[in-house]
Amino acid sequence: MINLEVPKKFGVLIGQAHQIANEVMRPNSRKYDRAEHTYPKELDMLAAVVNGMNDSGGLSGAGAGGVTRGSVSENGSLPGRHGTRNSSNLASVLSVAEVSWGDVGLLLTMPGQGLGNSAIAALANEEQLERFGGKWAAMAITEPEAGSDSAAIRTSATLDGDDYVLNGEKIFVTSGERAELIVVWASLDRDRGRAAIRSFVVERDNPGLKLDRLEHKLGIRASDTANFVLSDCRVPKENLLGSPEIQATQGFAGVMQTFDSTRPLVAAMALGIARACLEETRERLREAGVEIDYDTPASVQSAAAAEFIGMEADYEAARLLTLQAAWMADNAMPNSLQASMAKAKAGRTGTDIALRCVALCGTDGYGEGELLEKWARDAKILDIFEGTQQIQLLVVARQLLSKTSAELK
Amino acid sequence: MFREQQKLTNRSMAIGLRALNRFAGSPLVDRLGLRAPAERFVYGASKTTMRTAATAGRTFAAAQKLATPARQPTAQPGGLFDLTPTDEQRLLSESVRDFALHKLRPAALDADFACAAPAELLRQSDDLGVTMIGVPEELGGAVTERSAVTAVLIGEALAQGDMGLAVACLAPAAVSTALSLWGDEEQQATYLPDFVGDSIPAAALAVLEPRALFDPFKLETRAHRSGGGYVLSGVKSLVPRAVDGELFIVAAALEGRDPALFIVESRAGGITVEPEPAMGIRAAATGRLTFDDVELPVTSLIADADPEIYRACIQLGRIAWSALAVGTGKAVLDYVIPYVKERTAFGEPIANRQAVAFAVSNIAIELDGLRLATYRAASRADQDESFAREAALAHTLASEHGMSIGSDGVQLLGGHGYVKEHPVERWYRDLRAARLMEGVLLV
Repeated sequence: MINLEVPKKFGVLIGQAHQIANEVMRPNSRKYDRAEHTYPKELDMLAAVVNGMNDSGGLSGAGAGGVTRGSVSENGSLPGRHGTRNSSNLASVLSVAEVSWGDVGLLLTMPGQGLGNSAIAALANEEQLERFGGKWAAMAITEPEAGSDSAAIRTSATLDGDDYVLNGEKIFVTSGERAELIVVWASLDRDRGRAAIRSFVVERDNPGLKLDRLEHKLGIRASDTANFVLSDCRVPKENLLGSPEIQATQGFAGVMQTFDSTRPLVAAMALGIARACLEETRERLREAGVEIDYDTPASVQSAAAAEFIGMEADYEAARLLTLQAAWMADNAMPNSLQASMAKAKAGRTGTDIALRCVALCGTDGYGEGELLEKWARDAKILDIFEGTQQIQLLVVARQLLSKTSAELK
Repeated sequence: MFREQQKLTNRSMAIGLRALNRFAGSPLVDRLGLRAPAERFVYGASKTTMRTAATAGRTFAAAQKLATPARQPTAQPGGLFDLTPTDEQRLLSESVRDFALHKLRPAALDADFACAAPAELLRQSDDLGVTMIGVPEELGGAVTERSAVTAVLIGEALAQGDMGLAVACLAPAAVSTALSLWGDEEQQATYLPDFVGDSIPAAALAVLEPRALFDPFKLETRAHRSGGGYVLSGVKSLVPRAVDGELFIVAAALEGRDPALFIVESRAGGITVEPEPAMGIRAAATGRLTFDDVELPVTSLIADADPEIYRACIQLGRIAWSALAVGTGKAVLDYVIPYVKERTAFGEPIANRQAVAFAVSNIAIELDGLRLATYRAASRADQDESFAREAALAHTLASEHGMSIGSDGVQLLGGHGYVKEHPVERWYRDLRAARLMEGVLLV
């Protein structure tokens, strides 16, 4: 039965996430925006709390490591036929949005909550889950010459005895300096194109993995962004996620499947920032004498009120698209179209709302005395990583129009 | 064609709509199937210029009265986020969508020209039971539970065929739903039997007034107490099926203060009506009603002028218009996808170009966001949660993105989109309505 309210059972989780956001993230937001590359030590304490949340029964797996495909239930029937399922994917987007309301840079550097954790959750076998579970995993996809075109990556993986030997260069690795594991995308055979791309788990202290430098960025400065060189970096062959067989279609689909889980999370981050901006702006508009009235037509309210309602409407659309994508994953429905739609809408809406709120709030919005200007800088990355706006539109268009990547470039 | 009709009949029977049982089997098949597709309906075309007295209309007489007004119970969802319609909702919207795509869509172009819906189509729509969705079972209604979500799904499905015809079909449903939700036992006994009978009256909910920056909470149509009843004066704009209308619910400021809803029979003296064709939704045969000291009985006031009920009426109307925008937006998306794949330029399908493909992506993204926001507003209404904000947000999305979808639909077809050989120019005209219309529809 159609219901788009957040279930009450997630109230505790959201409440805890809100406390973290309000009491740990917000008070440290500006500090680590200024002190780029300084590890936010406040988060160590937090990691313990978050792990405690994850271990506390029904809501286990909330956060980046919790996103995974819904599975067939114990009695063998698909969930959804006789009832719906609200589980770890929904819990994850809700808690990520809530913590991002606090600070998305700090969220991105939360120990144990890397995007590599999502890849491991989605692709690892039981033995790998055992070995890598509980460790902080970053994700290394982008290379100097391969950004959105993931299939063009040059980092190679060559089997030598019981090890794969990785060689190449990776850039823009979020939490690359701080994580314990790096999930590295590499090609088993560069002549075989995307079919040969696999992800490998590399221990951060592997001597073949050298930190090249840390980036200075527009926003999310609390989160370190590392560049690596892999030179004869040996990893046990058991660290390959998924099958080593190069199949014409399936391999790349496997690594791309990670995106179906992670894109709604990035969308959720954009929702968190957007809501923070809207709440702050609503308060400042109220101080300026503008109340938002939902019954009176926008065209007879002040321009500021009308603009606010317009922004809120786009926020609502982005939020529901994100919940839809997560709900589908919880119910084992293919969701790559909806995941990309959510990411596209939330990514652009987050940036748009943040920038407009800065403008509406004037010098208070633009100045460093408040956080609005920071949110507007932070928001931009969410329309870029895990697939830019343009990549999402391509993914959506190819599905709607049944086009291959060769036809619709 | 016959197989489709048969399917429609079977599906509709499965829903268990009481009205439909009377028409199940061969009569419905005959009615729907034997109609020659080429037949031109010019019904109502002669009425496009004259200003006339309102139609004499039927006499509404109180049937057996219940002790208290009947209300549909609402079903409460289990508290989980869920986008799965109930089996009843799925069957109902599928059968309505069949009707919309196979009956409304082919008739839409002519109805748009004629500024009128073919009488036969309206009868078929009545037979489907769309005016009965909101009526409680003890008053002859068809659906056990009150559900704004169900009404949204029906509006969406009808508008996927054609928005103008959808408005014509749904106009009486707004009146039956209002009486079901807010009418007292006497108002229900007087009027509702006609909405579950064999001959559904043309009826409409009239809120809009003709002026810039119209605000439904600041009305110039006035009602004041006089003798044992009320006297109504003012002008209502873009009222669907106005010329044929037999029953109206009219919004007016009571004693110059808060707006309230009044039941107005067309037989009442002092009502004049003139056709008011507009940019779009022309098949709804929109007209302007002028009330010149119209005397109304004391029983005409709905819900004792409760301002909260009027507020809910406006909000439910905005959800309904959002639902229609969803349906028309879906029609646009489904039309442009095959077009851009078939149309070639510079040696390949234009769909292979990002400028074109991304426009299609954005139609799909904004349409889905609008759809979900509309469902959420309706679902909150069903759960007795506040829904002013959600209705306003859905309506804002319908206003902005719904219109963009209409505009992009024309743009993607280029010059071909601008001519009536393709329906996108009509959808462009129709989708503008979603922003400015108030009332008219209810979910």
